[in-house]
Amino acid sequence: MNATPVSLRGLKIVLHDMCLRDGMHPKGHQISLQQMVAVATGLDAAGVPLIEVTHGDGLGGASVNYGFPAHSDEEYLRAVIPKLKRARVSALLLPGIGTVEHLHLAHDCGVATIRVATHCTEADVSEQHITQARKLGLDTVGFLMMAHMVTPAELARQGKLMESYGANCIYCTDSAGYMLPQDVRERIAALRAVLKPETEVGFHGHHNMAMGIANSLAALEAGAIRIDGSAAGLGAGAGNTPLEVFNAVAHRMGIETGVDVFKLMDVAEDLVVPMMDQPIRIDRDALILGYAGVYSSFLLFAKRAGARYGVSSADILVKLGEMKTVGGQEDMIEDLALNMARERGAGSRS
Amino acid sequence: MSVNAALIGSGNIGTDLMYKALRSSAIRPAWMVGIDPDSDGLARARERGLSTTAEGVDGLLPHIQRDGIRIAFDATSAYVHPQNARKLAAHGVVVIDLTPAAIGPYCVPSVNLAEHVGKREMNVNMVSCGGQATIPIVAAVAQVQPVAYGEIVATVSSRSAGPGTRKNIDEFTRTTANGIEKVGGAKRGKAIIILNPAEPPLIMRDTVHCLTESEPDQEAIRASIRRMVAEVQKYVPGYTLKNGPVFDGKRVSTYLEVAGLGDYLPRYAGNLDIMTAAALRTGELIATEMAEGRFPPAPAEGA
Repeated sequence: MNATPVSLRGLKIVLHDMCLRDGMHPKGHQISLQQMVAVATGLDAAGVPLIEVTHGDGLGGASVNYGFPAHSDEEYLRAVIPKLKRARVSALLLPGIGTVEHLHLAHDCGVATIRVATHCTEADVSEQHITQARKLGLDTVGFLMMAHMVTPAELARQGKLMESYGANCIYCTDSAGYMLPQDVRERIAALRAVLKPETEVGFHGHHNMAMGIANSLAALEAGAIRIDGSAAGLGAGAGNTPLEVFNAVAHRMGIETGVDVFKLMDVAEDLVVPMMDQPIRIDRDALILGYAGVYSSFLLFAKRAGARYGVSSADILVKLGEMKTVGGQEDMIEDLALNMARERGAGSRS
Repeated sequence: MSVNAALIGSGNIGTDLMYKALRSSAIRPAWMVGIDPDSDGLARARERGLSTTAEGVDGLLPHIQRDGIRIAFDATSAYVHPQNARKLAAHGVVVIDLTPAAIGPYCVPSVNLAEHVGKREMNVNMVSCGGQATIPIVAAVAQVQPVAYGEIVATVSSRSAGPGTRKNIDEFTRTTANGIEKVGGAKRGKAIIILNPAEPPLIMRDTVHCLTESEPDQEAIRASIRRMVAEVQKYVPGYTLKNGPVFDGKRVSTYLEVAGLGDYLPRYAGNLDIMTAAALRTGELIATEMAEGRFPPAPAEGA
């Protein structure tokens, strides 16, 4: 459709690192305070302007359902924020999980950016949180998850709602790593077309189809200005767009990120990779997430339930896609595995 | 012998409640109160022979004495409920509050209704849809042994979450978490709500995770949950244990589905149905006590 090459040379963009929030998923939310501080200060020194820090499922995510973290959101934020020279810290908040009280806590800890996340069709549950964040003077982002599940026009309508509550930036979030560059281009363009010129647009990718870099570039071409990625890709599923790779690509293309190519590589290689409990790669289950359009943080839950109940994690993930599950429905995974085990007469251990 | 009741609010909840109450032998729905004369709920109420007013509670007050209204179900909003409650209490009417206002104590029929009736409470609150669906299970575990932490995940169809819920979704998480502690008996409670827009709409799903203080007594907990599910099924026939309890160390997880009766609301909206069913159940028990003379009318101030 859009064959005209768009020059991105000279474009100034904001890179937003996810490895201390989305990266909590593959770590079972067990990143230590020392690791948080080491990685965050490394990213800061490399020039990454914005770093997300919280439980993988955002403020208040500590739960049986999503996993209890090694430390509370407050402990993480209070440990990291005072150590940073230039970088600002963001916190994620999913209405239905976190509340306005959590928002106040994050503000009190010195968070500069709040990202209020809803499923791509449910923007109207974010009104009280976005309104409050703006009242506190925070950089307020509306984060529309699983954005592949709606048409570009509907996504734009939902983004417009969040903008009307006070969000100054709207994200197209590819939580399942399902999108191909054209999907991204259409959605970002649709958002750009309806939002006020001063409202920024961002893209959050997952690397389940190895499209993280390509999709992020497509987003920039269509008018996005903020790009999420994660040092060494540490994030749910096959991880996020690997930030050090994207930064290197951006430099080659003349896109201005303000982030040092080599310093960021060092953070990824020397600090983040050694933290990994397993390689962050596109294994079969992660590929299924992307192929079937399933929420990336379901990955480890499906592997665990599969092992516990003797069913295939790949089958669980495919079924979760067929059921049109959305972000946060981790509780469906054990439920589903029990059903599958029963249907196959495999027998459950409980 | 049935007791006359008023339905305050002519929206989805009030209308669904009317259809359920019309089948009741203990409650006779006599009035429906709305604020929009053209509302579908008021039209349906008139059709079924109820008296109606579109003037809010003030339109009902002059008729309370004459029509012997002793119970009111308030399905308006948390903002309006306090005034409604005050006016109705002044006329000696017992109010069952389906809004999140929660002026009165939380009531989950299968857990603590008898206790409230025993205390002659004049205002009881129905917590939240997720609370009605899950607190019985927390209580079932807590009746066996101490629960350090109770957490619930309620997943409802986007279509069944109205604008009120959406504007203040924190109220759901806060109120439900509170109910898990106060009524469920968990030392600490947490509630999560997920809206899912899938078509066809999904039937309400609820997951209840309890962390017991000591090793769970599996057999006793299984039996207790089985009993509790049967108890809830008395007023919500579509309340189903799908899986569990699953025991994993001190974690006890139970997976439920709540299908509605499809009276006015569609079957998938079990979250709304369980509210109207629980409220009616509460009204019926209070009505029975009244009919048998064990729940004397409160002095009607200024009446």
